[in-house]
Amino acid sequence: MNWMAIGVTCKLATLTSFALLIIGLPIAYWLTYSKWRWKFLIESIVALPLVLPPTVLGFYILIAIGPHSPIGRFYTDLVGHPLPFSFQGLLLASILYSLPFAVQPFATAFEQVDRKLIEASWTLGLSKLKTFFRLILPLSTAGLITGVVLSFAHTLGEFGVVLMVGGNIEGITRTVSIEIYDEVQALNYATAAKTSALLLLVSYAVLLLVYAMNRRVWSVWPRK
Amino acid sequence: MATEIALNIRKIFVDRATITAQLNLPLAPPSVTILFGPSGSGKTTILRCLAGLEQPEAGTILCNGQIWFDATTHVHVPPQARGLGYMGQDYALFPNYTVEGNIAYGLSGLSVQEKKARVNEVLSLLQIKELAQQKPTQLSGGQQQRVALARAIARRPQLLLLDEPLSALDAPTRIKLCEDLRMLLTRLAIPSVVVTHDWTEALALGDQMAVIDDGRVLQIGKPQEVFSQPINADVARVVGIETVVQGRIREIRNELATVQVGPVSVTAVASPELESDVFVCIRAEDVTLELAGSSETSARNHLRGTVQTVTSLGALVRVTINCGFLLTALVTRSAHSELRLAIGSDVRAAFKAGSVHLIPRR
Repeated sequence: MNWMAIGVTCKLATLTSFALLIIGLPIAYWLTYSKWRWKFLIESIVALPLVLPPTVLGFYILIAIGPHSPIGRFYTDLVGHPLPFSFQGLLLASILYSLPFAVQPFATAFEQVDRKLIEASWTLGLSKLKTFFRLILPLSTAGLITGVVLSFAHTLGEFGVVLMVGGNIEGITRTVSIEIYDEVQALNYATAAKTSALLLLVSYAVLLLVYAMNRRVWSVWPRK
Repeated sequence: MATEIALNIRKIFVDRATITAQLNLPLAPPSVTILFGPSGSGKTTILRCLAGLEQPEAGTILCNGQIWFDATTHVHVPPQARGLGYMGQDYALFPNYTVEGNIAYGLSGLSVQEKKARVNEVLSLLQIKELAQQKPTQLSGGQQQRVALARAIARRPQLLLLDEPLSALDAPTRIKLCEDLRMLLTRLAIPSVVVTHDWTEALALGDQMAVIDDGRVLQIGKPQEVFSQPINADVARVVGIETVVQGRIREIRNELATVQVGPVSVTAVASPELESDVFVCIRAEDVTLELAGSSETSARNHLRGTVQTVTSLGALVRVTINCGFLLTALVTRSAHSELRLAIGSDVRAAFKAGSVHLIPRR
């Protein structure tokens, strides 16, 4: 087994799920409590990675961060090297790719917090922000863990996006799923089998954890 | 300091009647104002507008001259800044905190010692010290209500808003806690607005009351006055009972109370724990009229009197009889003509002891 690929994968999955915890919370909060009539437009964009082929998503990310885009040029000027085919570029792509896997469980959890509790908190003098940290967040822990674990597991297995944005650079962007593909191409079935079994076991364990804790993970978007 | 609420709002709903409420409530402490009406009448919405949880489409809300809401200038003081104690219908205790944690929740800005002292103060005021470490799910309905009240008053609000404080409880608990709530509100001397659809609660708790139906305020006055002298047929229909008079219990024997009402005495079924000063309430439809000379029925109360007014209400006729106090009866049109009821004629009113409701009076 290629331990370097496993290392890259674990690092990528950990950073992705951590970043999604930070980014996903405000997005989920907004999606849950906003009364904006066009909210469904944003909801659909967040859910897009669920149905879009990873190669399509990867293609657009590649264009967006490439040397011909303003974002890509700005990044290159700032850091000194381009974003595509780097670990940072891969991380960005993973965050976008796993966004619904974090945001949906977060939003479902927020939605289940009784409105009356939130109103009680307001009348007791707590601002919306304080109410979020002292009431909504503690009551949503199961959903938070679900979101983090799911985005971790989803990042572990991503292939198309990695190939498009990260390429296949040993020790930097070569993840376990790319490794398996390479081994099969080289007819090293035994190595591919071992790595596949590892990925299967880890994914199953992760889903066991999630399903045992919260059976409503795959529910559709919460509705008021 | 006297509190005064001036509310004049319009709140539009897609699926029910628009609320157009105008209320001027002097809230000189200790004052309890009842918003009384059937469910769906809009009383809860008015309370929620007062709390800042709901925004009317038009109008103003002033408290002590301070503008809480003004639609034309887009002023909306959020609930956090209104200095309220609010208790919703199902208490909304935070499941992730203990009883103590729930009560301390709104006490930010106080030092640890002050917080502890304040929590202990309200815990003992509501006699729930032993519940301090319990989680809300372990509490009975009555205990939850006390904790919710404790949480609402812990911040020493300038105004207390209670939405159906007793309706989530079973009947025996409700009677007991109604008594306790009345004593607590008197003792706290915080101006309060209480929403209820239960006339016994309105009489037991209220200093003044506003009758609300279909989103409109129909009548404001002392509860006893409103119940016994509804200003029009709408109010009479909403409040239901028509005879409310003050009485004093003379004795209770075999669970039957003899109550002195003016010059006459009335027999009523007595519940324990009654004080001697009571309101005697009789529904107009529970009173039957018979000719003065006819034989008596099984009803415990037979009072002779003279007819004072006769008002036609379609198929029914409302008759008030002076029998030592003013008693209202509702009879059919045919009964009215059979008995040849006219102003000044002698008649006998009968009602069962079980039809007489005694409500403790402050």
